[in-house]
Amino acid sequence: MKQTFGTLTVKTAMLVIFALLLFAPFLFQDIRALEVAARICIFIVLVASYDLLIGYTGIVSFAHTMFFGFGAYGSAIALKQMGPGWDAVALGTAAGVLVSLVVATAIGLVSLRVKAIFFAMITLAAASVVLVLASQLSQITGGEDGMTYRTPDLFKTATKLLVADDGKVVRWFGVKLNGKLAAYYFVFFTSLVLFLVMLRITVSPLGTVLKAIRENEARAEAIGYRVVAYRTFVFCLSAVVASLAGSIYALWLKYTGPDTALSFAIMIDILLMVVIGGMGTMWGAVIGAVLMVMAQYYLRDLMGAASEAVAGIPLLPELLAPDRWLFWLGIIFILLVYFFPKGIVGTLNTKGVRS
Amino acid sequence: MDKLSDTLGRFGGVNLLPLALAAVAFVLIGAPSSWVTLTIAGLSMGMMVFLMASGLSLVFGLMDVLNFGHSAFISFGAFVAASVLAALGGWLDGGPMLAAAALALALIAAIAFGLAAGLFFETVIIRPVYRDHLRQILITMGALIVSEQIILAVWGGTPITVPRPPFLEGAWIIGDVSIEIYRLFAFGLGAAVFVGLMVLLNRTRIGLLIRAGVENREMVEALGFKIDRLFIGVFMLGSALAALGGAMWAGYETLITPALGGEMMIVVFIVVIIGGLGSIEGTLLGAIIVGLTANYVGYLAPKLALASNMILMMTILMWRPSGLRPAVK
Repeated sequence: MKQTFGTLTVKTAMLVIFALLLFAPFLFQDIRALEVAARICIFIVLVASYDLLIGYTGIVSFAHTMFFGFGAYGSAIALKQMGPGWDAVALGTAAGVLVSLVVATAIGLVSLRVKAIFFAMITLAAASVVLVLASQLSQITGGEDGMTYRTPDLFKTATKLLVADDGKVVRWFGVKLNGKLAAYYFVFFTSLVLFLVMLRITVSPLGTVLKAIRENEARAEAIGYRVVAYRTFVFCLSAVVASLAGSIYALWLKYTGPDTALSFAIMIDILLMVVIGGMGTMWGAVIGAVLMVMAQYYLRDLMGAASEAVAGIPLLPELLAPDRWLFWLGIIFILLVYFFPKGIVGTLNTKGVRS
Repeated sequence: MDKLSDTLGRFGGVNLLPLALAAVAFVLIGAPSSWVTLTIAGLSMGMMVFLMASGLSLVFGLMDVLNFGHSAFISFGAFVAASVLAALGGWLDGGPMLAAAALALALIAAIAFGLAAGLFFETVIIRPVYRDHLRQILITMGALIVSEQIILAVWGGTPITVPRPPFLEGAWIIGDVSIEIYRLFAFGLGAAVFVGLMVLLNRTRIGLLIRAGVENREMVEALGFKIDRLFIGVFMLGSALAALGGAMWAGYETLITPALGGEMMIVVFIVVIIGGLGSIEGTLLGAIIVGLTANYVGYLAPKLALASNMILMMTILMWRPSGLRPAVK
């Protein structure tokens, strides 16, 4: 592909984001920034796996947080019941992946034959049932409150990775080499590996078949590809990746509850990220996740200020209140789907290309 | 076996399902009085869900548009009706005539709001994305987010109590069977709307056009009818019905939160999927089956109640992948 201004911009942005995330603990030395960075890493994986469905294959599923939740709850329950240890992490993650795989196969085989719209409705119904179950089975899942647990010792803030002669933690560039740092790099590198695997899949022959199915299902079928099998496979694949992302997130947060792992709000976040970044390109997932997570953490402060500034006018303060940030994102979302259906990356990629 | 299914078909085929369900439940429950109460509760719930779902199904059948934002109309209807009733609180205690007037006003306000919101929604949100399912799903989802936020901004996040007119309070007691009056009212209203819709669809010229549009849209256009206007009309009707359903549901629950729309949406989806998209009879059938199942299971095995709708949907989809009585082939 010829390099254009647009593709160069995307590539530069990717490098910058990669560098920022890689050195995040050293560049931004406060707790909140590290939270943001870790959340960005995990959501890049989650959104990219969703993009495999919606962008590459053209399947609209509303059950993606359900799989994310399976992974998170799997790890969380294992860590809670078995105590902090790597065996618990491995078992919980494996259990989460297994449940995701089984549920995804079941949903896929039953309903991927039908129209896109039917599938969207069925996944929405399934996800809401799981959400209700998670809050009802409070003996196992902690109900609405969720559960806190301890993670393996390596990730404790008190753990010293390198000890200086005087018994204190070694500092590099003013950053303590403690367990928090280890946890961040665990999140970063596992996310990176998962993302690269997905990137590899999209440029493989499999990725091409998926795009063919998206563009013209009947034709793909006619050429001889078993559309239902491919769809079910990619649905399972993205479910497994989402489940792994959930497990990582559970390890990082040391807390799992409906709000962090299972709620419909996360599904909406993922949708917004995919659409903002650009469907059908892995880089879109990166841009979307970065922008949305930043907005979640920092836009609210801005809106609080704006709300106070217009305090005299009726209704506007309520709409500008920090809790109403979804309102504005919803409007942006609608406008984006109208005017830039390809999202930021898609639009940039076509910029300068003469067709 | 064929003979059996023929005989069943002559007596109504899948329409017998609610009866079969009721019969099985009668055996399982054992106590006739609670069975009657549960059946009436199920029927009235089914009718309210039918009000909410019929619009969605019609719009899909005619326009091939699935509106994920449909639940916004349900919530708006509920909140508008609740506000009107709260504002006319004095009328409710001022004798049956005034109370009935207040109730009628509240329902009319909900319907009017539904009509206006439907017009806005159709022209602004959905018109640009006809025939593009992916973007339809995304756009209507976005609209749903915005509407929910507007409800939160206007009415706040705390639950609101909905006053009921005194003549709909209480229950009739016949023997040891108690029947809540509001449920009968909801059932009656739903049945009236169903009959109205059937007459509209089967006995009028507009209904003929709508049915023709569901069957073959291009042909109707080719014959020179402005199907776009018909679309707007049907969409507005659907939104108004959803708002009416929401208003009735608000009176039934008496305590409403902004989460109401989302909760009902799942039920509505399940009903529409079970019934078969695009057909009013199918929607009614699905709504009644879902209403009955929810009430019976809630009594027999409360733990299962949440998953029951889902299991029901899965079973029916395995048996009939496009729903019980689909209109769209």
